[in-house]
Amino acid sequence: MTLKLPIYLDYSATTPVDPRVAAKMVQYLTQDQTFGNPASRSHAFGWEADEAVKLARQQVADLINADPREIVWTSGATESDNLAIKGAAHFYQKKGKHIVTVKTEHKAVLDTCRQLEREGFEVTYLDPEPSGLLDLSKFEAALRDDTIVVSVMHVNNEIGVIQDIKAIGDITRKRGIIFHVDAAQSAGKVAIDTQDLNVDLMSFSAHKIYGPKGMGALYVRRKPRVRLEAQMHGGGHERGLRSGTLATHQIVGMGEAFRLAKEEMATDNERIRMLRDRLYEGLQDIEEIYVNGDLEHRTAGNLNISFNFVEGESLIMALKDIAVSSGSACTSASLEPSYVLRALGRSDELAHSSIRFTIGRFTTEEEIDYTIKLIRGKIDKLRELSPLWEMYKEGVDLSKIQWAAH
Amino acid sequence: MTYVYLDYNASTPVDQRVLDAMLPFHCQFYGNPSSISLMGRQARAGIDQARQQVAALVSVHPSQVLFTSGGTEANNLAIKGAAMAQGLKRVAWSAVEHPSILRQSAMLSRLGTQCSEIPVDSTGRVNQGEFKRYLESVKPQLVSVMTANNETGVIQDIAELTALKRDVIFHTDAVQAAGKIQLKFEAMGVDLMTLSSHKIYGPKGVGALIFNKSIDLEPLINGGGHEGGLRAGTENVAGIVGFGAAAELAKAELQDRQDKLSALRKSLEDGIKKIPGVHLFAQEVPRLANTCYFGIEGIEGEAMVLRLDQQGFGITSGSACSSKSGKPSNTLLKMGVEESLAATAIRVSVGKETKKQDIDEFIAELTQQAGQFHSIILGN
Repeated sequence: MTLKLPIYLDYSATTPVDPRVAAKMVQYLTQDQTFGNPASRSHAFGWEADEAVKLARQQVADLINADPREIVWTSGATESDNLAIKGAAHFYQKKGKHIVTVKTEHKAVLDTCRQLEREGFEVTYLDPEPSGLLDLSKFEAALRDDTIVVSVMHVNNEIGVIQDIKAIGDITRKRGIIFHVDAAQSAGKVAIDTQDLNVDLMSFSAHKIYGPKGMGALYVRRKPRVRLEAQMHGGGHERGLRSGTLATHQIVGMGEAFRLAKEEMATDNERIRMLRDRLYEGLQDIEEIYVNGDLEHRTAGNLNISFNFVEGESLIMALKDIAVSSGSACTSASLEPSYVLRALGRSDELAHSSIRFTIGRFTTEEEIDYTIKLIRGKIDKLRELSPLWEMYKEGVDLSKIQWAAH
Repeated sequence: MTYVYLDYNASTPVDQRVLDAMLPFHCQFYGNPSSISLMGRQARAGIDQARQQVAALVSVHPSQVLFTSGGTEANNLAIKGAAMAQGLKRVAWSAVEHPSILRQSAMLSRLGTQCSEIPVDSTGRVNQGEFKRYLESVKPQLVSVMTANNETGVIQDIAELTALKRDVIFHTDAVQAAGKIQLKFEAMGVDLMTLSSHKIYGPKGVGALIFNKSIDLEPLINGGGHEGGLRAGTENVAGIVGFGAAAELAKAELQDRQDKLSALRKSLEDGIKKIPGVHLFAQEVPRLANTCYFGIEGIEGEAMVLRLDQQGFGITSGSACSSKSGKPSNTLLKMGVEESLAATAIRVSVGKETKKQDIDEFIAELTQQAGQFHSIILGN
């Protein structure tokens, strides 16, 4: 069998829509199908669409053991993050104006916090440990009497590390602080039980788990009740929390994707972990490589490696037969080194030479083997061209060199 | 029972050609458009093409098209985004705007922006002379007037209003007008314009804000530099591609659609007028060719609409977004229609898939139902 190139190893950037999901979505678009506006209360076209929306709400709730009434549809995890953090900050601002988050959060959280700072809120950005995980005692020490919102992501998009959400939630709940979790990268990969976690708000995305792009949800806890100020005003959809015509086919797609995730997560994860371990085993004896982030507390499909003495961009160019990311997809158009890896204490050089491999539902063993072979060859070639590598091999301590301008 | 859909202003089915354009972007060209890899670039190319297609529909440069999750978000971004970026003190909109404009007032007030309503006349339009006086007395810094109303279909001559403005940001919600009348952004003299995909046979969950680049906007959704930093979030690639395809078709087929819809509505209204006690709203002024808004004296619109649903006809008694509220149409009340008459309002909106036979069957059913209602009311 011949391999189809490029090989897609960028499942954390986005996933293909599962064909079973796509097959459901197309039943809610055209004239002979259920195309009505779910808000239309006066005819069967609207009611049928509304029924489909209801089922999907149940499917999403089921994956995270929530009540369907706790699910608010949005246009994606970015909007969910914005609605959660701004919505809670605005609603509870009379109690205080302090927010705590982490430097390795997604831009959707960090930029939202920056916006709130411009509005007069104060934000503490915590440093994670070199493993990417939070030290809980340092976290607790950052909380203040006027802290109203904490936002910590469940799984990091670049390094795949899993934070101890349960432990964090226990701390915030005791202190009456609203706890938001960006779960865009964890849903379908890590079990989530909202009954067991003291999480108040949780952001979800469809396109990270084989659903459509442009679709997301926000979990909003009912007991104890969490209040939000709406950010999008209009027809009063989603109990007034998020106005705008519901995109039935998108919602159906997200529901089906979540249903499949619940059914197949265990078997998917086992296979994906096996492939990820195979990839790591195939690369680990290459000299001067560094795995970024904790390997234990990590999603099955993520491997993030820095290849020292290799320039990041040329590496990406050399690897054009495989679709991977350096840094996160959302910022890979910029040439800044990954702020996530910098926050772990990695040098600019190592951050620049990092590659994120993310394996998913449709990855095959052959693709992994091809990737291993390709990378080993390219790394050798690139290092042959690198004067730094030559110096390193000659035993020069590069950190001691004073580079002069010329 | 075959079901006849006559509620195209609430939403339209996706055109098969639009769906064909969208499908490859689900399972085949699924890359993240922010990724520089080949797969990312394929997705990006789909968005670029759609941007050109939407731009062409309203005759602007593609860089003036900002994709959103729909008309509601675009309306929110236009008003709140401009108000926040520029610290506007006074904004005004017509009294018959969509809820996604009207309901921004509470948040805007909290941000320190005063909101006020520009009255409409009995035809549902902002009168030019009134508008001039309004600008001079209230001095709004931003004005929003919709190009065509979702309930009545009444078309506002936007250029006539923008001709009067000096240093006022002018936004128009063209969600209902797009694809039904020609829209030229520059000629209309507006600075911001809202469009929606699912009203022009494209998918739900996509819209656009067309903007004049000299207008400062503040993003409502932060995080990542998507859409020129004005709207964060991974793009709804398939949806955007579908919107683009729908826009291209809307432009190419505008005349054909107008001709067809006008003919359908003529037979619809000819039939409706024969029903005793019928009242057609705003029929003396330019309206969208597909929209017919009427009431039958003594018969509550909601009751009639539900009865017709049972008989297999999907219509509405108000705009879909507020049809939960149970209150008579805000638009009609603001036009000075008596509350009792407003409560009879029924909207029939036809579309490109509507057939002459659908209209004939609808009129026959409506006539019969009206007769039954009237005989109950009259007690004989």
